[in-house]
Amino acid sequence: MSGCLAVWRKELMVYFSTPIFYLTGVVFLLLGGYFFYANVAYYTVLSFQAGQNPYLAEYLNPAGMVFRPLMVNLAVIFLFIVPLLTMRLLAEEKKNGTAELLFTLPLTDWGIILGKFLAALLIYLILLLMTLGYAVGLAFITPVDWGGILVGYLGLVLLGGTFLALGLFSSSLTENQIVAAVITFGLLLFFWVTGWFQEIGAVRWQGLFKHLSMLDHFEPFARGVIDSRHLVFFGSMMYLFLFLTKRTLESRRWRG
Amino acid sequence: MIEVKDLTKYYGPTLAISRLNFEVAQGEIVGFLGPNAAGKTTTLKILAGYMPPTAGSAAVNGFDCIGQSRDVRHSLGYLPENVPLYTDLTTAQFLDFAARAKGLEGSRRAGEIDRVVAECGLTEVRHTLIASLSKGFRQRVGLAQALLGRPPVLILDEPTIGLDPAQIVEIRGLIRELAGAHTVILSSHILPEVSQLCSRVIIINHGQIVASDTPANLTRQLGGSARVRLAVGGPEDAVLTALSGAPGVRKALAEGGGTFTVEVEPGVEVRPDLARLLVGRGWDLLELKAQEFTLEDVFINLVTEEDVHP
Repeated sequence: MSGCLAVWRKELMVYFSTPIFYLTGVVFLLLGGYFFYANVAYYTVLSFQAGQNPYLAEYLNPAGMVFRPLMVNLAVIFLFIVPLLTMRLLAEEKKNGTAELLFTLPLTDWGIILGKFLAALLIYLILLLMTLGYAVGLAFITPVDWGGILVGYLGLVLLGGTFLALGLFSSSLTENQIVAAVITFGLLLFFWVTGWFQEIGAVRWQGLFKHLSMLDHFEPFARGVIDSRHLVFFGSMMYLFLFLTKRTLESRRWRG
Repeated sequence: MIEVKDLTKYYGPTLAISRLNFEVAQGEIVGFLGPNAAGKTTTLKILAGYMPPTAGSAAVNGFDCIGQSRDVRHSLGYLPENVPLYTDLTTAQFLDFAARAKGLEGSRRAGEIDRVVAECGLTEVRHTLIASLSKGFRQRVGLAQALLGRPPVLILDEPTIGLDPAQIVEIRGLIRELAGAHTVILSSHILPEVSQLCSRVIIINHGQIVASDTPANLTRQLGGSARVRLAVGGPEDAVLTALSGAPGVRKALAEGGGTFTVEVEPGVEVRPDLARLLVGRGWDLLELKAQEFTLEDVFINLVTEEDVHP
């Protein structure tokens, strides 16, 4: 995969030398911290009530009360943040004309795409890694189920990879970063809520919409369950969007 | 080294270049000359493998620009028009990226970066953000990027545009040194530049090649004639009649104030005869000068419909 590493390094240098990464990092951690705090506070209140209600006590554990909702909360924050991380990836190159430089260097399309995708993924992982501090902190106070938490994080990594691949694809469609962000956000939201159609029960092809729902495929990971079907789903979605990005880049060779 | 056959490109319904044919031999510096929107940049973009032609073929270093795009890109350094650069990186970071992208590894990469930094005079801005560089330095960073890895073919789209006169001289010197080791094709609409730098000039207008030869030959061929300028003290009408009737003269024109321009047959030396004729009539011969056509005359003659001669 020649040139992938060169593009990867360059993208990381750009991420770290512009405010995007630092700003999104701050916003993400503030919001993530708030949700974690809220979940723990709620859990604490319920724990006090459980003193009088033994039935309730059976259901109380940090895995279900704190981390499961936290995983979904973090996923929702990423829904908003990923478009900002990916919007510039290809759109900016086209707008600034650097695409001409990039595409005339002896790089393969896959090298360019994977370099950019993996750089964004590393930024995403750095943000995600910082939230591990929540679990570590809580572990000092109460025993936590590390296995379940790590499965939740595996789910977040897969989900994030899919989000980023979709964002990269949107960025390949336009030279306007705002347009790229809007397309990414719209598509992500669609794939997030599409499962809700089934609950309304009013739409044909309910099964299909349900299967496309990223929320439905992510939920089991948040619960601490690894199911190969969901691994395959996220793997294929990621590949699909990277493949579509490649097709879009290639189109410059046969279009007008 | 570069072979272009029937190259045609449409942007939607607009014809940008039409059936271009030319070849560039190894070690040549060829200037691509034409007014704005003549199709220069389009041709260079196709050669660089950035976009495909609508019809026809182009080959660089023996590789087809469409089918073997990556091999083509491996063998060329390309300086796009307007020099797009990653402004968030420093000069060193940017060159490092370009060197890695060109597949230069380890000590060879470091050596190449040091070399182009020195050659292009970038030492003082090596660790400066490209965003804060002046136009001249950016141009040089772009050129340095193209030179990395000593590619056999260099495609430079208007390499000296936007530079100050001192920088232009520097960059031209740099390009001249590249001849021999590299095959260079550069576009420009600065005529003296092309006549100074290039061993051959291809003049293109409305997407078609109108002339292709050495600067000297092009100048010689123009109109097949030469001009003589005279300043004579005497009655204008009589002088004009006398000049028009002189042997070897095609056409004489009065320019006012006692100056005249005479178009003569090529290869005929008429100046001694003209001098004797005028002095013999008792008029004062104040000035007598042969005028050579410049490449500028050739260019204007070829790309405009009007006659350049007054």
